[in-house]
Amino acid sequence: MNDNNKSDVERMQLHEELKSDSVAGNGLINRRHLLGLGLAGAGSLVAGNVLAADAGLVIPAWSKTPGRELSGYGSPSHFANAISRIAPSPNSISPGTGASRTPLHLLQGTITPNSLHFERHHSGIPDIDPAQHRLVLHGMVRQPLSFSYEDLLAYPQISRAYFLECSGNSGANSAPTASDNSAGGIHGLLSCSEWTGVRLSTLLEEAGVTPGASWISCTGADAASLGRSVPLNKALNDVIIALYQNGEPIRPEQGYPMRLFVPGWEGNVSVKWLTQIKVTDAPANFRDETSRYTELLPDGRALQFTYPMGVKSLITSPSGQMTLQRRGLHEVTGLAWSGSGAIRRVEISADGGRTWADAHIEPNQQELTLTRFRLPWLWEGGEAILQSRATDTAGNVQPARAAWVANYSPANRYHYNGIQSWAVSAQGEVKNVYA
Amino acid sequence: MFTPKRTTAIFLSLLLGACANAAEDSPRLGTPISEAQLQGWDLIVAPDGSGLPAGSGTAAQGQLVYEQKCASCHGMQGEGMPGVPALAGGSPIGTPPLMTVGSYWPHASTLFDYVRRAMPPLAPKSLTDTEVYQVTAYVLHLHNIVERDFVLDRNSLPTVQMPNGGNFIDRSQVQR
Ligand code: HEC
Repeated sequence: MNDNNKSDVERMQLHEELKSDSVAGNGLINRRHLLGLGLAGAGSLVAGNVLAADAGLVIPAWSKTPGRELSGYGSPSHFANAISRIAPSPNSISPGTGASRTPLHLLQGTITPNSLHFERHHSGIPDIDPAQHRLVLHGMVRQPLSFSYEDLLAYPQISRAYFLECSGNSGANSAPTASDNSAGGIHGLLSCSEWTGVRLSTLLEEAGVTPGASWISCTGADAASLGRSVPLNKALNDVIIALYQNGEPIRPEQGYPMRLFVPGWEGNVSVKWLTQIKVTDAPANFRDETSRYTELLPDGRALQFTYPMGVKSLITSPSGQMTLQRRGLHEVTGLAWSGSGAIRRVEISADGGRTWADAHIEPNQQELTLTRFRLPWLWEGGEAILQSRATDTAGNVQPARAAWVANYSPANRYHYNGIQSWAVSAQGEVKNVYA
Repeated sequence: MFTPKRTTAIFLSLLLGACANAAEDSPRLGTPISEAQLQGWDLIVAPDGSGLPAGSGTAAQGQLVYEQKCASCHGMQGEGMPGVPALAGGSPIGTPPLMTVGSYWPHASTLFDYVRRAMPPLAPKSLTDTEVYQVTAYVLHLHNIVERDFVLDRNSLPTVQMPNGGNFIDRSQVQR
């Protein structure tokens, strides 16, 4: 049946039926019920349809002439090429230092295209010739070893989809006032790729770790020679030397020709342009694990080596700086993840946390990767505050913003995982708020 | 179905961990290298002083290095400027909190390690080891951590007491 043929009476009936099937306050709807109704019918409930009933379709020009030729390395449609990283203007003191963010609110699914993966560099992106690059494994090992890129390509590799999140991601929301920004602008130091590489345990076994070793110290070949320490038990567990990202060699921004990849942990430890792994019996206490990437507490003490990223979620649509264009059904959707396991549950509220409903997530979520959640929402033109709250398989529940803030010094910007609140105005404008 | 024998085998391979499993199909292509070949390449300096090179320096000697190579960005007194961190002064419990090398960093080794590998940003690794000792001493002196004539070397550096040293809580083995 064509939507436009539905009588007003039918529409009202459907509407009432939907409202009676609400799962939480302010318009959240049971998704299974909606599937039964047929999404197409429900979609046009309030606002009617965009296609005027009397406009006949014509065959478009592109169906009447052959399209363009093939290409080498492809690129997005020029109608869709406005999607790009959210990058600041270059830092005048050291131009390669800083961060660009993934436009999470413009993407769907869970995998981040390589060109949109967030960046965080401490002294620019080196232009490394893989033929001259070496990875050296030394320190508390029976035999120090050097590996070329060619060598590593010949090793058995594994592929897994993992999220990567900067420790400073979402730090803007720990500031005293809520900034007017988009989901990507606030939370875009988060991306997810299929990473392929060699297990670090394979290389450590080859070098022969000697008794008493308990840490590795890793450094990159960039101008900052960024260093981080990783406990040996994690290094032997699931850490890889990543060579490929979403099927192609990792990008220069991500550490070409190779990076450490430490699943679930703050992004900074996944050292890019990896050139050195020194096996030791204590952490090196590099600048980026003392001065930075430590979390200041209210009493002036600080947490150090706080590696796993906390359980977290955010609604990517509707989200900050968007405007709802019509009343009626909308899909509330977003991303959830945890550095301590898989996502078990995501709840959504449309009334600022007074009532919650379970969002739909696919069963059997993998660990340490992004989970996409969805739930239908009937927006009738009233004010709303949209929130999401994730729970992981370890039982961790994403905290309210106020609870997170109370745990730290006001100067701390790391490991923020408070609940994101998006306020929807009666005009449909969506804004970042603290609620 | 698991027979008892298989269960034992699986248990054993779990115990041995990924190493044992990976070893079977590893082509073992690493080229042996000696620690001597890494002299001057391995820049890691740890709190116990391991990795510190020969040489020494005092704050008095470091003042010139600092004023020529650091002060334009970090300020004459290490006060910093927008986009460049302060190196001295402040307190983590001040209003607002200010975390600097002097007020926050738990180990002097980190200062030597970081300056040698990363500073100044436009010419990293351009300082000699002697200059790094000198300028490290000077930055510590800016926060009154060492005297002007304190000789910093591979033996004395690990003994430098940082004011905030005891205030870090190691969370490396905490499961969440
Ligand atoms: C061109 C400007 C510039 C010059 C010159 C410079 N620095 Fe820096 N310095 C910076 C910037 C910018 C950072 C922050 C880098 C970052 O966050 O990745 C920094 C960071 C540091 C830090 C770490 C501070 C912290 O709180 O984590 C130290 C220590 C430091 N510099 C020491 C020095 C010394 C010593 C010299 C002279 C040998 C020097 N710098 C020269 C710009 C400069």
